[in-house]
Amino acid sequence: MKYKLIASISKSLLFARLKQTLVAAIGVTFSITMFITLLSFMSGMNDLLDGLILNRTAHVRLYNEIKPSIKQPIDLSDKYKNQYNFVSSVKPKDEKAEIRNSEAIISALKADTRVTGIAPKLIAQVFYNVGSIDLTGTINGIDVDEEARLFFFKNYVVGGNYIDLKYTPNSIILGIEAAKKMMVDIGSIIQVTTSKGERFQLKVVGYFQSGIQEIDKVQSYATLNTTQKLLGESNSYITDLQIKITNILDAPMMAKEFQKKFEVDAIDIQTANSQFETGSSIRTLISYAVGITLLIVAGFGIYNILNMMIYEKMDSIAILKATGFSGKDVNNIFITIALSIGIFGGALGLLFGYGLSNVIEHIPFNTPSLPTIKTYPINYNPKFYMIGGVFSIITTYLAGYFPSRKASKIDPVIIIRGK
Amino acid sequence: MSNKILIANNICKSFHDPITVQVLNNISFSIEKGEFISVIGKSGCGKSTLLYILSTMDTDYDGDLTIDGVLMRDKKEKELASVRNAKIGFVFQFHYLLNEFSVLKNVMLPGLKLNKYSEKENEHRAYEKLKVLGIENEALKLPNQLSGGQKQRVAIARALINDPLIIMGDEPTGNLDKKNSEIVFHIFKDLAEQFQQTLLIVTHDNEFASRTNRIIEMQDGQIIKM
Repeated sequence: MKYKLIASISKSLLFARLKQTLVAAIGVTFSITMFITLLSFMSGMNDLLDGLILNRTAHVRLYNEIKPSIKQPIDLSDKYKNQYNFVSSVKPKDEKAEIRNSEAIISALKADTRVTGIAPKLIAQVFYNVGSIDLTGTINGIDVDEEARLFFFKNYVVGGNYIDLKYTPNSIILGIEAAKKMMVDIGSIIQVTTSKGERFQLKVVGYFQSGIQEIDKVQSYATLNTTQKLLGESNSYITDLQIKITNILDAPMMAKEFQKKFEVDAIDIQTANSQFETGSSIRTLISYAVGITLLIVAGFGIYNILNMMIYEKMDSIAILKATGFSGKDVNNIFITIALSIGIFGGALGLLFGYGLSNVIEHIPFNTPSLPTIKTYPINYNPKFYMIGGVFSIITTYLAGYFPSRKASKIDPVIIIRGK
Repeated sequence: MSNKILIANNICKSFHDPITVQVLNNISFSIEKGEFISVIGKSGCGKSTLLYILSTMDTDYDGDLTIDGVLMRDKKEKELASVRNAKIGFVFQFHYLLNEFSVLKNVMLPGLKLNKYSEKENEHRAYEKLKVLGIENEALKLPNQLSGGQKQRVAIARALINDPLIIMGDEPTGNLDKKNSEIVFHIFKDLAEQFQQTLLIVTHDNEFASRTNRIIEMQDGQIIKM
């Protein structure tokens, strides 16, 4: 009952200055709209850019780096055990880049509940033969199904169907830039030379476009089997194990663990791509800063309008106090006014923000480097809407706080005697 | 004692800005129920200042003020507000009606704040008060559609809504022409005679004062005749 009275007085005061109230509310609406749009767009863009690299990067990658042995033969000798041994010009041992005992490692990883998927990979250095010219290239031997499931392989195959790679023997998906250089179409046969000098003929079944030109010039994909054949290795020969895990934050820890357990080299996504994380967090920070600045500006608008309203309504405040409304009641009246502007403006802002994001999402955005993207990316994260809503209420409350306090402190005697 | 609804005891007040000036000097008097009192005196003699102290709006004074047997000293702002709400009705020189509300709602506001009756009852009571003052037909109009005399009558109705112990007026006829002043005076007179309403009216209209039951005359912050 008591609050109803305060609400009805607030309402009357609000509607008495409808234009000003609307201007204040539009200020809030505008800032919340921009806040939501900015964050949705920025974070959509972030996801896109990060995805460009991170989607195709394993959370943990196991490989076998060719490097000199840490223990040289002299270290094993009893005779020189207690001495410092200097060996100059150490060379790596002649060994393969193969992950040894890969089948056992794969089955151990499959049993691990933290691992969501494993994609084996085999990298072969080749030359693409174009007439008498050789272009350097890299053929990635992949497990087509796993690669598609874990690393969105399908999205980056722009010509042909990715699954043909699996069902067509001796087939290859060429990087689009390489294909352009070699002037081949889908269905053509190309010839590659392996590093050991052997020649192979492969059928082009599709083009691959990563969005990074340098990669598209060299990289191509073939099945594991085809690549093993190219290299003349057995069908357990793989050079990389790409692992996706449930919680990406565990990656550094798990990389260390696997390194020890399987006696291979391991690198985690955070170490491999630290610059991306920094980039997105700073972009997010900037969007929040801009959004909150907008809100604070809107808050000053509300502050001004309430101040003006209080000057205009001095008489009303005085008589309310004379007839028995306490300072707190008056305070509540003006806080209610501020909050209703905030809630009304904020709710509209959330709605418009959603609408504007939707519009942006339909604006065509074609860039040759991002083949899968047709329109601007938007991230509809409910978190942004929640933050926007909460902030609109907090800023309007703060904007209303000081004018309301001033109103509650008005001395009716001074106003009434002044007449 | 039981009939004394308002007792002022040695009330003193000084203004300190820019120099200390004593405006009220040991004012002591009491008001009994049903009295129709006028306070007169020259401009600046402190009669309005006294009224605002008695109305509990001004709390910066020395001495004791007792309303309805309760000492007003050391009461919190909120408690004083509810004393004003329940026990004191105000009529000022200016009507102070809220232009955003209808006449009826203006009259109802202190009643709604008191929250003793339901909204329906309050509305009914407000109508009754307006009827007593002969302006029930204007109930749904906005204040700025009324004449000056009518507005002042609405203000009186508003003062009456909570059946206050005392109605205080600060030059309630000061802004009105002869005819309307006469109407307002008769309303006060009727309230005093028919409803035994206690009234304390500050005025500088000696003719108005001469027709009240009791006159308190002030000069230089002191009561010289009562």
